[in-house]
Amino acid sequence: MDFQQAGLSRRHALKAGAFAAVASLLGAKLAFADEKTVADELKKLYGDKPFAAGKIKLDVPEIAENGLVVPINIEVESPMTDADYVKAVHVYADGNPLPGIVSYSFTPACGKASAATRMRLAQTQNIVCVAEMSSGALHMAKANVKVTIGGCGG
Amino acid sequence: MISRRDFLQATSAAAAITLASGLGPLGRVAAQQRLSQADILRFDPLGTVTLLYVTDIHAQLVPLHFREPSINLGVGEAKGQPPHLTDAEFREHFKIATGSAGAFALTSDDFTTLARQYGRMGGLDRIATLVKAIRAERGDDKVLLLDGGDTWQGSWSSLQTKGQDMVDVMSALKTDAMVGHWEFTLGAERVKEIAESASFAFLAQNIRDKEWNEPVFKPRKVFEKGGVKIAVIGQALPRTAIANPRWMFPDWEFGIREEEIQKQVEEARAEGAAIVVLLSHDGFDVDRKLAARVKGLDIILTAHTHDAMPGVVRVGNTALVASGSHGKFLSRLDIAVKDGKVADIRFKLMPVFSEAITPDTEMAALVRKLREPFAADLAREIGRTESLLYRRGNFNGTFDDLICDAMLSQRDAEIALSPGFRWGGTLLPGEPITWEAITNATAITYPNCYRMEMTGAQLKEILEDVADNIFHPDPYFQGGGDMVRIGGMGYAIDIGKPMGGRISGLTHLKSGKPIDASRKYVVAGWASVNEGTQGPPIWDVVRDHVAHTKTVSITPNDAVKVTGA
Amino acid sequence: MSTKPTPRVRVPAKAAAGEMIEIKTLISHEMESGQRKDAKGETIPRKIINKFSASFNGKPVFSADWHPAISANPYQSFFFKAMESGEFTFTWKDDDGSEYTAKNKLTVG
Repeated sequence: MDFQQAGLSRRHALKAGAFAAVASLLGAKLAFADEKTVADELKKLYGDKPFAAGKIKLDVPEIAENGLVVPINIEVESPMTDADYVKAVHVYADGNPLPGIVSYSFTPACGKASAATRMRLAQTQNIVCVAEMSSGALHMAKANVKVTIGGCGG
Repeated sequence: MISRRDFLQATSAAAAITLASGLGPLGRVAAQQRLSQADILRFDPLGTVTLLYVTDIHAQLVPLHFREPSINLGVGEAKGQPPHLTDAEFREHFKIATGSAGAFALTSDDFTTLARQYGRMGGLDRIATLVKAIRAERGDDKVLLLDGGDTWQGSWSSLQTKGQDMVDVMSALKTDAMVGHWEFTLGAERVKEIAESASFAFLAQNIRDKEWNEPVFKPRKVFEKGGVKIAVIGQALPRTAIANPRWMFPDWEFGIREEEIQKQVEEARAEGAAIVVLLSHDGFDVDRKLAARVKGLDIILTAHTHDAMPGVVRVGNTALVASGSHGKFLSRLDIAVKDGKVADIRFKLMPVFSEAITPDTEMAALVRKLREPFAADLAREIGRTESLLYRRGNFNGTFDDLICDAMLSQRDAEIALSPGFRWGGTLLPGEPITWEAITNATAITYPNCYRMEMTGAQLKEILEDVADNIFHPDPYFQGGGDMVRIGGMGYAIDIGKPMGGRISGLTHLKSGKPIDASRKYVVAGWASVNEGTQGPPIWDVVRDHVAHTKTVSITPNDAVKVTGA
Repeated sequence: MSTKPTPRVRVPAKAAAGEMIEIKTLISHEMESGQRKDAKGETIPRKIINKFSASFNGKPVFSADWHPAISANPYQSFFFKAMESGEFTFTWKDDDGSEYTAKNKLTVG
């Protein structure tokens, strides 16, 4: 299962089709990450420490325009001083072949803990974002991104 | 929940918005009574600013019939709320007499009889008459004319001229600003070319280039009218890259971007804007949600979903206007400003009855000139219809049934799929089916009618996916449009279920057998969003079918069973 | 088939002391995920840029560990609080051991 090929095979199989059926074209037989895979990754990093809500603004589209290029913008509320700053941010997806998306290291020199990149999403799934503060406090935010076949809008 | 009273009546709050009698005299006229131009224009002016708003004209230069939907279901918080009311419920809500001009303009039942009584609606020459009359009454310096988009697409002449006919008309009408959706299907280069040279502003705060994530168009423009600064923020259809072929604008990214709207509002206020307007192609339910989340918008001029309402919907301090489609309505909002803020708004949805309004001679001449190169083609009669042919409705329309029949017969398919577009005119029983009528329902830049095999499982998956785009309870997850129309296959839908669980009972109509998930069916369809789709243009497919049939008769379509509404 | 990855960076040349500036970066790279199969059904080996880092006057500012789910031609933006004049160094590390760098000067005042 691969993201780029998803695009290719889709165009291939449904060259003439108005509606591509995403999941079936993704092969669907291959293993995907799930909620547990993401939880396992978090456990590796932080053991059983709890995550608080709040502080994280996770900005992803409700519906992906292109599963191969989905913008993600995160911002974590913090004064970003030497005494109190965001050390790390980890982003996971629970429906991709592999759960990891990106991990960021921030320093107080950033001024604000905000970063944006673009990711591949194989299907509709949840994005999980955790932030580790310099105090050791942990925060988590989740968002669902819908990957649709499109068309028919009018 | 917002009560009916809140929609239509003045509130006692300090910044009250007087929304009473949004339809003006229309709601009060006796049944079967025609309106005059003076009735349509009658308005008790207010303040020093007038906004005129027209949207989703879909390139209809001349008057036409356009039947409103008989089924327009709302889900989630929109369930049972305007604009998700039809026919008797709609008339009851807005106090419109059965059989009246308002009933004809805004509801669907008894359409044929009322259409013969009241005549066609719209026409740019009629709209020009109204706009000029209001500018003369108020003074040019007090009137702002805004267009909600879906203006350059929907006719043969706009397709052939790549939208130029509509651009010329908008310039002649002295439109101040517009937003876009179907415009983008002319391709990125063409849209940029027009946006950079047109006499009006083409605004879109929510389109970014994919490379550096920077704005492609001007996000807002500040106008000064009646001594007041008015900021207009543009919002293109957030789902354009999903609903339409993204290969036509490969470097652009859309999205709702409500935080960016908030920033635009704040910047506009800092620049001294007393009135902040979102000129929005989000669609009504998206804007209703957005209005509760973005602070400081005075007015949202809604578009895309083609709703027409003779009253404003208020969400907090934001007033939402739904001005219909196809040139059937022109909205007027007079705004009084006090201490740098909106103090009062008065609204009227003006119905453009073509037989009541004297055409503006200059615009009539321009429209004639623009249509002249295509006039002979447009008038060509291909066949006739015995049935009322219309498109609107969540699940089917008789014009779509005709298109599906055409694909089944001309492409020798077992099943036909036709997109749930909400644009295209209505034909009355006995009327000719002209080339214009066919292309008014089909004129797009990706018209190829494909023929391919799909399994029963794939067909179900498509229906589930499209259904979720319409019936997801959160409007931010909706994509707009109506359900894909199906020829040759029936199904049941429970709109209240989540994605994957709405569709059941797929039946191959010809054999009466259930659709087999693993069997392959020959499927014809059009308007594929995939690049390189092969097949004849859909208008030729429909033309050949109509020419062969000569007289079209559509039997009532009961192949879709709806529950959960 | 692929050309040498080329980084591009957008950084303001000047900033006021204490100003928050946004830095945008792009690099051309296919980001082969290691999940794809070729025409013969063989897995195409993973080859991605796995790390992006930024430093200012030699001090680390920001870094990103990219996984195979990062899109082709990866984009990364982040912020920097301008306090003094100096030079940014941006580094991209490829799975194959290559490193690509870009440098940008910033004048504060």
